[in-house]
Amino acid sequence: MQIGLEHYLFVAAALFTIGVFGIFVNRKNVIIILMSIELVLLSVNLNLVAFSSFLNDLQGQIFAMIVLTVAAAEAAVGLAILVTYFRNRGDIAVEDINMMKG
Amino acid sequence: MIALDQPFLWNVHWAAPELILAGFALGAVVIGAWGKDKAAGFLSGLGAIAFATAGVLAFLWSPELPQYLFNGALVVDGFSGLAKAMLGLSAAATLLIGADYFAATRQARFEFPIMTGLAALGMFVMVSANDLITLYVGLELQSLAAYVMAAWRRDDVRSSEAGIKYFVLGAIASGLLLFGASYIYGFTGSVRFDAIAAAAPTSEVGLLFGLVLVICALAFKMSAAPFHMWTPDVYEGAPTPVTAFFAAAPKLAAIALLARVLYAPFDGLTEQWRQVIFALSALSMTIGSIAALMQTNLKRLMAYSSVANVGFALMALAAGGQQGAATAIVYMAIYLPTTIGIFALVLALRRGGLHVETIDDLAGLGARHPFAAALFTILLFSIAGIPPLAGFFGKLIVFRAAVDAGAVWLAVVGAICAVIAAAYYLRVLSAIWFKPPAEPVQQAGGAALATAAVASALIFPILVIGLGTLERWATLAASTSF
Repeated sequence: MQIGLEHYLFVAAALFTIGVFGIFVNRKNVIIILMSIELVLLSVNLNLVAFSSFLNDLQGQIFAMIVLTVAAAEAAVGLAILVTYFRNRGDIAVEDINMMKG
Repeated sequence: MIALDQPFLWNVHWAAPELILAGFALGAVVIGAWGKDKAAGFLSGLGAIAFATAGVLAFLWSPELPQYLFNGALVVDGFSGLAKAMLGLSAAATLLIGADYFAATRQARFEFPIMTGLAALGMFVMVSANDLITLYVGLELQSLAAYVMAAWRRDDVRSSEAGIKYFVLGAIASGLLLFGASYIYGFTGSVRFDAIAAAAPTSEVGLLFGLVLVICALAFKMSAAPFHMWTPDVYEGAPTPVTAFFAAAPKLAAIALLARVLYAPFDGLTEQWRQVIFALSALSMTIGSIAALMQTNLKRLMAYSSVANVGFALMALAAGGQQGAATAIVYMAIYLPTTIGIFALVLALRRGGLHVETIDDLAGLGARHPFAAALFTILLFSIAGIPPLAGFFGKLIVFRAAVDAGAVWLAVVGAICAVIAAAYYLRVLSAIWFKPPAEPVQQAGGAALATAAVASALIFPILVIGLGTLERWATLAASTSF
């Protein structure tokens, strides 16, 4: 079977969906949310690289590198906020993040 | 247009405002490392000057024709200059009104002006973005700084919770934006806005799918309904100066960015995206106005008020073209000083040593501090859209833009929502003037009160008299930029 662009797009869309569901369905742990966010960003990277290769164009790969860099910064900021939250509450369960109704 | 035969940095001087902000942020890290938190006051002052300078410089020194920097990654034009002036002044005002608050809560750390500067830099890049990569990097620079600012009070569980909620939901929005951007890139073959514009009229399903995802992500960042669910919690939990900042600058940046995305690369698909913007606008106005009726906390009330105001700005954008961009920017120019002024007043008032939080905390303000109460009255009347204050004219031009675009129904929805919204603003005013005080309200924080006075003066009468001039600037800026 020939692996074409649509196969990559399908895998990326599946990963994206899993990531988004992981954020909304998960009720246990904020760390799992951070992992789901990484999954979403990596699915986008797969998309970008697949398009870049298909179009014979470098911009998509440059975009992917920048997404990787920003994702690292994002994870660092997220974990830092999580640490301050843990110090205040002593717990990072998702269902307990409810001091304010929302 | 883009000159590839020129050296890479040949017109980098047009990025002077961004360079000032970046220079301030980097220099402040060094000064802060040296002086520790004793430098916080000095850096706040320096930051306020730097942000105001960058903003004013961007406006006064904006080029007549669009200038493309860094091989076309960034565009500097009249529209971005006008937006940057407002962003810079809002960021400066945040530092001014925040100084007393952070001193009183023992949270005066030198990092705050740095984070504000980085957020402002991100917003400057957003309004100047000319390709999808610049758009993403600017948006993330602003967002990452904003997540940290929301969680600023490390000892306060509500602030940390606001930080987590903002971070998680903001990260989802970034994911949506990127997924949409990857489809736009894939179906047009370029990340550059002018190249997308050349390829866009094909209106393939994949391209429309990408565009809708990008619009949704930007709607999230500007907290338009139905993507507003984070707004009340984050506004309530974040320290009040940070809330003031969130309610003002990032919304303008996201509106300006949305204008750029819709008008530059996707001008050919106006009929398709207009429906999405109509829906977002109508939902934001309705939800923002009705949900605010139930609120007792001032910050939650202002959160829903900001959702409704974003709805009005989106109504202007839906008009499309130069009129849409000019109207949206004028509307935001009136909304920004109003909201900053209201938050400055909230920061200037204490009850029993604590900052006021709920509407009832303001009871009896009129009898005790008539000046602050009068400022409150001007600002709330303006945001409610009561003539002859500036807010009335803002709503008027937005309705005119909607009618010109053929969306009379949307203008009617907007007018009804404005009437509903007036009810809760008047509820605050009735507490201020007519309710007997349980415990006297104290006035503290001279800088915050002065900022509120300046904001009120802008609302009435400066902007009312200067509205024609402002509209002319905005129209001129939009006509050279789009």
